[in-house]
Amino acid sequence: MRMPTPDAAVIARRAEIAAALRAIVPSEAVIDSDGERRAYESDGLTAYRQPPLLAVLPSTTDDVARILRYCHEAGVKVVPRGAGTSLSGGALPLADGIILGLGKFNRILDIDFANRCAVVQPGVTNLGITLAVQHAGFFYAPDPSSQIACTIGGNVAENSGGVHCLKYGVTTNNLLGIEMVLMNGEVLRLGGKHLDAEGYDLLGVMTGSEGLLGVVTEVTVRLLKKPTTARALLVGFPSNESAGNCVAEIIAAGIIPGGMEMMDKPAIHAAEDFVHVGYPRDVEALLIVELDGPAAEVDHLIAAVERIARANQAMSCRISQSEEERLAFWAGRKAAFPAVGRISPDYYCVDGTIPRKRLPEVLTEMRALSEKHRLRVANVFHAGDGNLHPLILYDANEPGELERAEEFGADILRFCVAVGGVLTGEHGVGVEKRDLMPAMFDAVDLDHQQRLKCAFDPDGLLNPGKVFPQLHRCAELGRMHIHRGQVPFPDLPRF
Amino acid sequence: MTRFRPDDERDLAQIITAAVAQEEPLEIVAGGSKRGLGRPLQTPHVLDMTAFSGIRDYEPEELVLTAGAATPMPEIEAALAAKGQMLAFEPPDWRGVFGGTGAPTLGGVIACNLAGPRRIKMGAARDHFLGFRAVSGRGEAFKAGGKVVKNVTGYDLAKLIAGSYGTLAVVTEVTVKVLPLAAEERTLVLHGLDDARALHAMAEALNSSHELSGAAHLPAGASGGDRPLTALRLEGPLPSVMARAEALARELGAFGLAETLATPPSRALWRAVREGAPLASDRTRVLWRCSVPPSAGPALAAAVSRAVDARSFFDWGGGLVWLAVPGAGDGGAAVIRAAVAASGGHATLLRAPDALRAAIPVFEPQAPALAALTRRVKDAFDPKRILNRGRMYADV
Repeated sequence: MRMPTPDAAVIARRAEIAAALRAIVPSEAVIDSDGERRAYESDGLTAYRQPPLLAVLPSTTDDVARILRYCHEAGVKVVPRGAGTSLSGGALPLADGIILGLGKFNRILDIDFANRCAVVQPGVTNLGITLAVQHAGFFYAPDPSSQIACTIGGNVAENSGGVHCLKYGVTTNNLLGIEMVLMNGEVLRLGGKHLDAEGYDLLGVMTGSEGLLGVVTEVTVRLLKKPTTARALLVGFPSNESAGNCVAEIIAAGIIPGGMEMMDKPAIHAAEDFVHVGYPRDVEALLIVELDGPAAEVDHLIAAVERIARANQAMSCRISQSEEERLAFWAGRKAAFPAVGRISPDYYCVDGTIPRKRLPEVLTEMRALSEKHRLRVANVFHAGDGNLHPLILYDANEPGELERAEEFGADILRFCVAVGGVLTGEHGVGVEKRDLMPAMFDAVDLDHQQRLKCAFDPDGLLNPGKVFPQLHRCAELGRMHIHRGQVPFPDLPRF
Repeated sequence: MTRFRPDDERDLAQIITAAVAQEEPLEIVAGGSKRGLGRPLQTPHVLDMTAFSGIRDYEPEELVLTAGAATPMPEIEAALAAKGQMLAFEPPDWRGVFGGTGAPTLGGVIACNLAGPRRIKMGAARDHFLGFRAVSGRGEAFKAGGKVVKNVTGYDLAKLIAGSYGTLAVVTEVTVKVLPLAAEERTLVLHGLDDARALHAMAEALNSSHELSGAAHLPAGASGGDRPLTALRLEGPLPSVMARAEALARELGAFGLAETLATPPSRALWRAVREGAPLASDRTRVLWRCSVPPSAGPALAAAVSRAVDARSFFDWGGGLVWLAVPGAGDGGAAVIRAAVAASGGHATLLRAPDALRAAIPVFEPQAPALAALTRRVKDAFDPKRILNRGRMYADV
């Protein structure tokens, strides 16, 4: 993966840039020593490493505005960073760019139960929000698996999902407002404690924009009341087809479970070997279906799901009888990544979405690709919304294996697009899937996206090298290829 | 005035390209049911999109539907209902508000980012809008988003298009997320609460674990009688709605005895709330719709009532305030905008004569930095300002 060629002239100005930033924030909030810069060299996509020019840790919105205004005027690139848990390299530093770390924005500003929302700083962790409101029975719904560490600001940038998003939505469906700073230092407020945008939905645009459009400095999220009851079924199937049919029939029956997760045989065995929670070893696919809500509803739906599972050749079907048992059902799924990490020196987590009915052929193709690339793969799958997470097993110490793993992942994602799906369901494009974008979007599609970038950041200083395979200058993108008189006016009557 | 009626995307791109070359703006219409919404347009040409109609792909078990942007909503709703599904954001029809006769279309619903009472639980059109094809104001056909329910590939341009009132691109094809219809619903009705007390009842219900899908308060008059009415909706399988209705009625005992409406009368009540029916029928008055923090709703209505002769009702647990005020002068704009500024949120002059909608801002005026960004976004998609020029703001 090639990043834009670093600008040696900017790198040569490191001391001058550090001094300018130290005029804005306290000296210790600018990190420019070789050793300390290395702490920021990578995010959750650890195959890529690059120490930043330097890192700066602002404390206030005004700090952020002044830093960005300075960088805008001085032509210095900026990579915003929350906890650095991105799995797509969204926070990968640039040799000629600063890291803008928002870790000091870690306060919860306002918990407003009357309006069922909370106002927090972007460096608060996802789980931190729920921990702050659960005493009153509330929670913040999106629950990415990194929720103990990932920040809400990063969640906004990536439009993070989680296992419960089929029912409760992803980040964009649970946000009410943000305060943000543009690259030129202007501070904007979008939304608030009310619903829907005034004017263009720029809050919706910012969500999932991967740090390319602005820096979020405050976030207002919706709070939901925790369901009184949650129960789960653990169902084993003789084939991926029968599990897939079961999922389709549950949805067709009008049931939207709180969570619906599928694992294939390699993932089941890895998880069971690791956590020993009683997953059946003789099945080809395992489904966890969780129903949550009022007790009367959960009991009613559990029975309906069980009937559908039995009608689809379920080999085993357990229904949680206690909270401990429900958590045990989940323990294997939640430990799937480290479980795979146990049986392989390294693994690469892929993230694509497909129309659910294409699952059997996608899994068949994946087995063929596994042979072609001579690497094993285990699958966990957010079955309700068609979001696949193949885990490719490799050994980075074996020459060429990382490259083979990446090529395997790219083949999987191209196949996802070919069957009508998309390149990423929840991890983002970042640097990881940047060069695959043309598999899904043509040049005109991408130009329309990049023009939006130009409206926010015309000099392309914010997180360049991410999302778009080719960077165009905004002046070039803005040009209209139409000249007066050259196009015949279609003056036919067309009533 | 020319009325262009493109048959396909190529035709459409050609028309827009020509309009760009001539710098002559187009008004985009299909059903025409919401032409009275937004600032009145005076464009030399009309772009009639009715040919872009029809359901292209509907797979109930994938929860996804793709249709031409001009597909009439009744057609969409009938196809979904046949499979026990719906557009969960409960889009209003609003022919009763604007007096139109043409059916609303899916593209129009999305362009205006509409939502009904279920907004509080299930979101607005923007939350269900997965992807689209369109021709921008540059005369170029492009696509964005996808046809699956979970997707973060590239910028979420669907969010930008939802609520852009046709000012950025002419959408030709729409993919939306669909969801199962609830088997049953029950509405608890509390009688005789004043606005402040109704707010407390709604907040207590919304802060319970009973998963409300509607919370509205109709003061005397708007309620159709001389007593105020507070309505709380529960949806789901029968055993669930029965149990929740009973528990909620018990928990709200302090607010008086609740009447329970079964599915048919409940549906009728929420349809009326969705359509603004309690206030829309008096056509001598202008209509405002204000989105504010729910706890601020009653105070906003009270502040407006102190200054002008206003009638009001509340949806979204107090967060959506419908106001009907006399159309004289500024139609209540100064007092309503001041009250909204105090609470946070925004006000839209939903229905008013053309002259008034041309004279005062229809949508909430924006702070300078945001207004400048709005213009830059417009320029990115429609640099010659051909598409619905002036629908949202005078220069956009």
